[in-house]
Amino acid sequence: MYAWIWRHLPGPVPVRVLIALLLLVAVVALLFTVVFPWLDPFLPFNKVTVTASMARLVPVPVG
Amino acid sequence: MSGLRVAVRSLGEVLITLGALILLYVVYQLFWTNVTADQATNATATQLRQEWSRPPVPARPGAPTPAASAAVPSGDAMALMYIPRLGKDWVEPVVQGVALSDLARGIGHYPSTALPGQVGNFAVAGHRATHGQPLAYIDQIRDGDLVVVETRTEWFTYVVDRHLIVAPTDTWVLDPVPGKPGATPTASLITITSCNPRWASYQRWIIFGHLVSTTPRVGDTLPPSLAG
Repeated sequence: MYAWIWRHLPGPVPVRVLIALLLLVAVVALLFTVVFPWLDPFLPFNKVTVTASMARLVPVPVG
Repeated sequence: MSGLRVAVRSLGEVLITLGALILLYVVYQLFWTNVTADQATNATATQLRQEWSRPPVPARPGAPTPAASAAVPSGDAMALMYIPRLGKDWVEPVVQGVALSDLARGIGHYPSTALPGQVGNFAVAGHRATHGQPLAYIDQIRDGDLVVVETRTEWFTYVVDRHLIVAPTDTWVLDPVPGKPGATPTASLITITSCNPRWASYQRWIIFGHLVSTTPRVGDTLPPSLAG
């Protein structure tokens, strides 16, 4: 997989290294801003409130 | 033979990628959520102080007075909270709502409960692990410790009465008079909830307290409970 990506990157080696690094940064940014926050509600230590129903992850504000 | 080689190499790459993903996730939880939450918390507190430094917007004649807690829009900061036991510099904005998006910006206020200083129960929740973890050391808070709440006009000083550990469904701790369902409140109480054990969620750590003093907020002067 990584070898395939490397083969398909354009340009000489320094350019390829740069593009590869940019790709890595983009993937990490996507993970930190979209994918990982999406997982947050499922984590036990994020449940700090008392709610009537265990099934409800986030209590609906009442009143 | 070459097919097997490709298969083994691909499997290796997938496993290394999974390992890197899990490590990145740990970095995200233990480090990055605190970075973003601290930024959001500081921004919220700064914004609130700026808002307070401006004269209050006069209410339109005939507009309902925002006495009811529900009148504070969800996500709006309403107060600053100080718990000296958790550190001299420990200050957190109190935000209306207890959704994760609210808790990421400070301490969350249960919207159905009383506002700071009001008769009834001022109930709040905060993270104990990750996302700024303001209540990481909630277990260090002792009976008799102070919880000070600053609003635009007043300083409310609560004193901690006791703590207890309850089930996540024990919503009675939010009642106007916890432990006496349906009772009409006569005192101003405070309830703080967080998770217990710290990295799990099968219980909740609860702190109860009651209001002992109310001081008008004048300029940058600290109330007697925080000064000195």
